[in-house]
Amino acid sequence: MITLKIERNGTIESFEVSEGQTLLSALYEIKERYDATLTFAAGCRASVCGTCAVRVNDKEVLSCAHMVCDGDMVAPLRFHPLLRDLKVDKSQALKSLKRSEAVLHRYTETALTPEDAEKTERQTDCILCDSCYSVCPVLAVEENFLGPFALTRAYRYAIDPREAQSQSIIDAIQNKGVWDCTLCGECTAVCPKGIDPKSDILQLRTLSVQAGYNDPNFTTQSFGTPDFSGGFGF
Amino acid sequence: MVDVLVIGSGGAGLSAAIAAKEAGAENVTVATKLYPTQAQTSMAQGGINAALGNVVADSIEAHIADTLNAAKGLGDKEAIEMMCRLAPEAIARLERLGVPFSRRKASQSDAYQNPSPFTLHPSLKSIAQRRMGGASAPRACYAQDYTGLKILHTLYDHAWGLGVRFLHEHLLLALEPHRAYFWDIRQGNIVTVDAKAIVLATGGFGAIYHGHTTNLYGATGDGLAAAYRVGATLSDPEFVQFHPTGLYSSNILISESARGEGGYLVNEAGERFVDELAPRDEVARAIFAQMQEGSKVYLDLRHIGKEKLEALLPQEIALARLHEGIDPAEALLPIKPVVHYTMGGIETTLKTEVRGCEGLFAAGECANMHIHGANRLGGNSLLEIVVFGEIAGKAAAAYAKEYDNSVPISDRADALTQRIQKICDRKGGENLYTLRRKLGDLLYKKAGIIRSAEGLKAAQATLNDLKERSQAIKLGDSSVQNNQALVEYLEFENALLLAELLIEAALKRQESRGAHYREDFPETNDAFAYHIEAKQGGADDNA
Repeated sequence: MITLKIERNGTIESFEVSEGQTLLSALYEIKERYDATLTFAAGCRASVCGTCAVRVNDKEVLSCAHMVCDGDMVAPLRFHPLLRDLKVDKSQALKSLKRSEAVLHRYTETALTPEDAEKTERQTDCILCDSCYSVCPVLAVEENFLGPFALTRAYRYAIDPREAQSQSIIDAIQNKGVWDCTLCGECTAVCPKGIDPKSDILQLRTLSVQAGYNDPNFTTQSFGTPDFSGGFGF
Repeated sequence: MVDVLVIGSGGAGLSAAIAAKEAGAENVTVATKLYPTQAQTSMAQGGINAALGNVVADSIEAHIADTLNAAKGLGDKEAIEMMCRLAPEAIARLERLGVPFSRRKASQSDAYQNPSPFTLHPSLKSIAQRRMGGASAPRACYAQDYTGLKILHTLYDHAWGLGVRFLHEHLLLALEPHRAYFWDIRQGNIVTVDAKAIVLATGGFGAIYHGHTTNLYGATGDGLAAAYRVGATLSDPEFVQFHPTGLYSSNILISESARGEGGYLVNEAGERFVDELAPRDEVARAIFAQMQEGSKVYLDLRHIGKEKLEALLPQEIALARLHEGIDPAEALLPIKPVVHYTMGGIETTLKTEVRGCEGLFAAGECANMHIHGANRLGGNSLLEIVVFGEIAGKAAAAYAKEYDNSVPISDRADALTQRIQKICDRKGGENLYTLRRKLGDLLYKKAGIIRSAEGLKAAQATLNDLKERSQAIKLGDSSVQNNQALVEYLEFENALLLAELLIEAALKRQESRGAHYREDFPETNDAFAYHIEAKQGGADDNA
């Protein structure tokens, strides 16, 4: 037997569970043997439905893809309203998809090549588990930041040769979007599907500049002393 | 009152919602017990069938013939023809929404002429296709091994783009004409939604085989149970498709390609006992027979070699390491056949209307329009949800337009609240999770791959016992809001109902056909070439 520590609405409780199982299966063991009130989200057990992400030892993981270790500290995702124990409300985070216009707006008939398909292959592996959203430090200070998964999805549609109106996407990701990212790469590090939102955001910045937008950080940036009061216009 | 209420947010539900919206229905609402993309559709790997003939010559007639052949005499020719003929257009529609299909090199593209009546635009000719079991041509369009996931998420993006409304964490409790009652899991109260038309797209019930299925926990047939309780007819519940190779303890699917690449199936003595590439039900039965004799069964991939394995089956290798702690390049991988798909469902017309229920439509795995009959062909389930999801959405929108707007009179919200209160207050000594596991074990052993009158009767007796014990379940959680145990209890009630109907039908079907195998009646018997139906208050079989 090993010990799992679980953060439950602000307090930490310990449970003895069997070794050699996934965290998701251990959570059900607790529910059956010790405490039926333990609340979490569960789905496919195969890392594809996106339901069961939590944090273990301060790192985002899918419960179904993490083998429990003695002393593991389990906590709910951050930057989502906490509903109960390990269960959070994902509705708010999902709205970022809408705000970033991550959809194909106007279809134009195009015969895609294998190379075209490859460009969005990784991005479309996203299962909306919200791990990247939970780890993003920008969301700690700016709750309206579009966040990594929405921007990756925006990028996926923006570069799809079938999208005839990618300008709408580029317009939508300027405010609280691509320029607010710190490029820390935490999202890339935790993605269970190996997606690289940081690099997608960088690509979106390039597309934005090509579309006539400026980097607002750059234009207001100081270039050392003497500071000619406010940035690029020195 | 909403125009079209869609219950379920997998591929069928989202296709229906999109179609309803495009057909002019104003308020289209999708209710789901989880979140929109947390659906079984996400798990479909292989592909979606359409006779595009992109790789070799193919025809809609061949697609129809293959589907009919797999259905073993229980396929409806008209429904199958309709689906196969609409398949290329379904792919074209997904293409227009931006589904990221895998592509093929253009240099191969003009070598073959497609005899289909559709003139395919090069945008469709570039879609890659692969051959799946039982298909006479490479017919499955795919997106790597994530075909279902990528279709599902693209449909979701499009649905919100059109202004479809979503109700998250709403569990279906009961149906009435033009009304559905939900349990709002977060708030802990009943939500009544009145709708001119309702589309059921709640998926199958493979999860009743708890612990022995690839299906997600929630595939408990909630929609089938609710429809049954309101007078719909359920048919063919005895036809359950097993996949031969799930990982033994976690039930994670190891795809057919592992055997396709030369993997062996061996018993404890290290002997091979079946042609690994025989049809799925045959392989599953051979494995199960070994297990009944007390032997464990393993997938042996060692002879393929580490390097080749990493290149050919990277996903499978990673899953085996994670879930069983085994490196298949070095050790035998313990496996067992696991429940994969339920062919039976709610009887509908070809327009997806639920027989006997006004204003109610059904599509996808929860429905049964006799597409799959006694066994389903790989690549046809994604096709079914896209084609018939759309038909259901259109039909529901048309129905809503004509609906005279009278509001249902009865109100069961109070009665349902009281029922739930009673469940929460129970003082018995039974444990939900223990019983759920027992039900799964029972069905797997006695109503699974190899069945007999003796085993099924024993299963009936044990099921009655489980039903009684379920009345003494103490939830151990009295919270009103976010009560996961309550949700799982309500799902378990549905599982018990479907288990009963399944066992009953399996007993009645004194023959072997497709996925249904009776060791006491190992031959197919033409006298049983009909659908066994179940209806509340009396079953009648449709000859």
